[in-house]
Amino acid sequence: MIKILYQIGEYLLLLKRIFSRPERGKIYLKQTIEEIGKIGINSIGIVTIISIFMGAVIAIQYTYNIENPLIPLYLVGLATRDSMILEFSSTMVGLVLAGKVGSNIASELGTMRVTEQIDALESMGINSASYLILPKIIAAIFFFPLLTILSMFVGIWGGWLAVVVTKILPAELYIQGLHYAFVPFYVTYTLIKSFVFGFLVVTVSAYYGYYCYGGALEVGQASTKAVVYSSLMILLFNVILTQLLLTR
Amino acid sequence: MIEAVNIVKKFNNKIVIDNISFTFESGKTNIIIGRSGSGKTVLIKTLVGLIEPDSGYVLFDSRNFTAMNFNERKKIRQEFGMVFQGGALFDSLTVLDNVLFPLNMFSNLTKKEKIERARFCLNKVNLFNIEHLYPSEISGGMRKRVAIARAIALNPRYLFCDEPNSGLDPYTAVVIDKLIKEITEEFNITTIVNTHDMNSVMGIGDKIIFIHEGKKYWEGTKNEILNSDCKELNDFIFSSEVIRLIKK
Ligand SMILES: Nc1ncnc2c1ncn2[C@@H]1O[C@H](COP(=O)(O)OP(=O)(O)OP(=O)(O)O)[C@@H](O)[C@H]1O
Ligand SMILES: [Mg+2]
Repeated sequence: MIKILYQIGEYLLLLKRIFSRPERGKIYLKQTIEEIGKIGINSIGIVTIISIFMGAVIAIQYTYNIENPLIPLYLVGLATRDSMILEFSSTMVGLVLAGKVGSNIASELGTMRVTEQIDALESMGINSASYLILPKIIAAIFFFPLLTILSMFVGIWGGWLAVVVTKILPAELYIQGLHYAFVPFYVTYTLIKSFVFGFLVVTVSAYYGYYCYGGALEVGQASTKAVVYSSLMILLFNVILTQLLLTR
Repeated sequence: MIEAVNIVKKFNNKIVIDNISFTFESGKTNIIIGRSGSGKTVLIKTLVGLIEPDSGYVLFDSRNFTAMNFNERKKIRQEFGMVFQGGALFDSLTVLDNVLFPLNMFSNLTKKEKIERARFCLNKVNLFNIEHLYPSEISGGMRKRVAIARAIALNPRYLFCDEPNSGLDPYTAVVIDKLIKEITEEFNITTIVNTHDMNSVMGIGDKIIFIHEGKKYWEGTKNEILNSDCKELNDFIFSSEVIRLIKK
């Protein structure tokens, strides 16, 4: 218990150091663009693939689950749309990126720590936490929402594709469902979530990498912890944000 | 001038630096010798503030570094050049970019001048035509030399070298030693070199301190070192046949 409190304190102190005034704007900009490539652009492929399959599975499952003839089949479209928007696009993408981006950040920072590259930055008078982590945070909170939007569209399209390919339902009905009872606030809600998830994945993973001492073994452990704890934080904050934003 | 006053450092209640004090003058090559594990690296990291001492303090030209906060230290650190025992090159950057790094961070030169300066430093350590390679693509001794080039890029006022010539062939080791001595005298740098190589000590040592199990056992010049009556020091230096012959 004391250890957990200690870690939370250390994590908050790290955040404080990250957000203390950065030194040379131009260099941060360059770093941020690089991180957008690493964190954002490189994740487009995996997000697309996962979202297509998710949308497809959701559409098929709903179709088979509607047995009561009184429930109109166009609800499949509506259900796929809302599931994708409300939950899967942000949470699933968050979890997948926790694995991909989180382990990457933790092992990168961990390696820099154990090979004294972080010490080298500090000895030059550079705020290493801010220099290394802030660009990643900016890249993530900017790109996680974009990836989430991508995931929504691709997922809904995946559902349509499944309907067309398997012919379990007329495609017009699916489309009709997509237009039915759309709540724009759901999109805002999900973008807020993805923004928070992006922040959590980067900072939690960076915490485990930045405070990694030892050698290659510890870097591996840090990267595992980064994935486990950033996933847990995503699940926890998913509940908290849902409670805050959706309940009236 | 660097003064250390009663430095004590413990790790988990094990004393690693035991009440060490010294004064190192500018324009002089000051050498810290001691066996492996005697505490040389911990001591040099304590001087630059990468490790906080449990008690005692460090003065840089009468400025109390230990009492400063991060931002005050930052200014002094820009006058530091540090060569880590393992090199600590940034492995995501090429050799040239590694040497350019401190210049980009802190100098106001134009891009062309920075590149010229970086090339000049690389040539000083006998490195030619490798500037486009990454640290993983060059040999250990070359990495050491790039680290030295990076440390001297900003014309430091204080130069810290943790075993700068371990892992180098005898010829290159002498070249590096001479380079360190040369720039120390030319730019009136206060230089501290950790080593266990008696060749360096006899070659470039102006002032030498000997530490053993975290305590300072002896200090003096290279002319005095062969005739001391400190038993621990004699065990250390006369473990080598060659030095025994020289003494005779
Ligand atoms: N972070 C740390 N935590 C605990 N003990 C440490 C730590 N760093 C160093 N030590 C201990 O301090 C002692 C001195 O280590 P140090 O690295 O300073 O030796 P050294 O003189 O530089 O040796 P070498 O010549 O092999 O580099 C060792 O016994 C080491 O185990
Ligand atoms: Mg050492």
